[in-house]
Amino acid sequence: MTGSGQGASLVLVVLVGVLVATGVMLLLERNLTRILLGVILLSNGVNVLILLAGPAGGAPLAGTTPVDGMSDPLPQAMILTAIVITLGLAAFLLAVAYRSWLLTTHDDVRDDPEDRQIVGLADRDAALSEDPDTVGPRDDPGGPGERR
Amino acid sequence: MNALVPLPVVMPLLGAALTLLLPRWPQVQRTISVLVLVATLAVSAVLLVRAYQHGPLVVRLGAWSPPVGIVLVADQLAALLLTVSAAVTLCVLLYSIGQGQGDLGEGTPVSIFHPTYLVLTAGVTNAFLAGDLFNLFVGFEILLVASYVLITLGGTDVRIRTGSTYVVVSVLSSMILLSGVGLVYAATGTLNLAQLATRLGTLPADLALALHLMLLLAFGVKAAVFPLAAWLPDSYPTAPAPVTAVFAGLLTKVGVYAVIRTETLLFPGGQVGTLLMVVAGLTMLVGILGAVAQSDLKRLLSFTLVSHIGYMIFGVALSTVAGLSGPIFYVVHHITVQTTLFLVTGLVEQRAGGTDLRRLGGLARIAPLLAVLFFVPAMNLAGVPPFPGFLGKLGLFQAGAQVGGALPWTLVAAGALTSLLTLYTASRVWNIAFWREPRLATADPPTRLPGLMVGSTIALVASGVVLTLVAGPLWAVTADAASDLHLRTPYVRAVFPGGTP
Repeated sequence: MTGSGQGASLVLVVLVGVLVATGVMLLLERNLTRILLGVILLSNGVNVLILLAGPAGGAPLAGTTPVDGMSDPLPQAMILTAIVITLGLAAFLLAVAYRSWLLTTHDDVRDDPEDRQIVGLADRDAALSEDPDTVGPRDDPGGPGERR
Repeated sequence: MNALVPLPVVMPLLGAALTLLLPRWPQVQRTISVLVLVATLAVSAVLLVRAYQHGPLVVRLGAWSPPVGIVLVADQLAALLLTVSAAVTLCVLLYSIGQGQGDLGEGTPVSIFHPTYLVLTAGVTNAFLAGDLFNLFVGFEILLVASYVLITLGGTDVRIRTGSTYVVVSVLSSMILLSGVGLVYAATGTLNLAQLATRLGTLPADLALALHLMLLLAFGVKAAVFPLAAWLPDSYPTAPAPVTAVFAGLLTKVGVYAVIRTETLLFPGGQVGTLLMVVAGLTMLVGILGAVAQSDLKRLLSFTLVSHIGYMIFGVALSTVAGLSGPIFYVVHHITVQTTLFLVTGLVEQRAGGTDLRRLGGLARIAPLLAVLFFVPAMNLAGVPPFPGFLGKLGLFQAGAQVGGALPWTLVAAGALTSLLTLYTASRVWNIAFWREPRLATADPPTRLPGLMVGSTIALVASGVVLTLVAGPLWAVTADAASDLHLRTPYVRAVFPGGTP
């Protein structure tokens, strides 16, 4: 960020903010396709952030650019790696979303089974308190959830 | 001898490529996988001995010198974890071969289990050996991408549902880690861990703290520390038994390993010790209370897994040599014991047709060997003497008492309470699944368990117990690793023999 006296470009900083903000917004959705778009936007935002980590300048090729006018090639190499990883992830998430659609005709991320279980437990507790004598200790060592 | 260092990464990757080429010959695939992991285990053991005798082993990839090129470093900590993880992955692989067709999708057109499993191993070893922050990120990505495939194996309804949660949470943590890596580079101009060790110390304190917390946040999600652990008990239990076992044993421990590195090499001095201790205490208590309430064996074990991560974070938070030695010993113990318990659960599932405690009963009478195989690691996890679980907890409590003060003592108390509650959960499972009257589900005509599955489980149970016998030498190794981590100079000097540039 400090190379040759320049600060980070404000446009890029704002771009990072916008990409990350929209990415997080989309991640909060329940629909896998939107989550996927969110992941892609978020990762692009992070990539631009990494780009800001090194000084901007000419192509880092010896002989074409003077050494102190070169951009830092390392962030660019890191971004390339990150892009490849994100590409693979996007393909995988697409496959998961498609599979989810095949199985359930939608690709929403559904409720946690734990939540449903707790709701069920509350109902069963209410039922249990009416006839506590039906459950013996031998049948039921694990508490109210054991009743069938 | 240094040329051996990259082998634990290279061999599984090559093996993965080979097994991917041979989907039509499952027998050949299995042979290749087993051979690769045996070789990895052998190399890791050699590395451990060398690292213990001569200090950290360093390899400069492509002969580029460190700040520019990538280094792989096998110090005592990395080599010890390499050895344990290689042994555990080998046992789980044998178990999965015993389980055979069906659940692992060996009959599908592209037989994906063996290649993915080997890639997972390569990711774990790469994360342990990484000598720079970006390579650590890449190691995490390799193991995570492989784990995405393994957790959705077969693409059934339940696995897709839980798998998508797991994938999204992991992707988010990877993004946090990646932006942390970018910011560290922006602030210091390097990613080499040894160089960062000196450069991060010169940063303004608040900037260093921000970077520190960002890295801890990312590693905390991967290690399943309390407020960031809700994804784990939902996603792990639905995968096939060997997959859950290897995830439970290794993946969170790679996160713990990264936390140890962050706290010792990058940001020593324990600035966030208080935060880590509070988090560790909450992880222990909330995790084990979650386990108490479960009625499914796999979910119950997942909660104990989260809970016991707290012990390791507690040791790291103490930031003394004794405090560091404790979690390293505990990681070794916990990798074996947690994997074993999930493998035994897989056997229970095979034998009784399910892991729902409400439908299990009387297994001790029907399958006595299975009962022994469950009882020993369960007591080991709960920390009953003379098992290594007891020794690990004792070491951590001693380290906490040495530091003294209100918070460490509270943590020791919380740890003791967690241990008792673990004992309660373990005996509850024992009472319900093994001791009471046989239930419908278990009264079905018996199916014979494959010998290889039982054999590899026995091997892991035995190695969990043998840790007690070798506890003395093992403590020596962990104490040595901890003092080197605390000093930091052995690591830095191994990477930069001529002084840090």
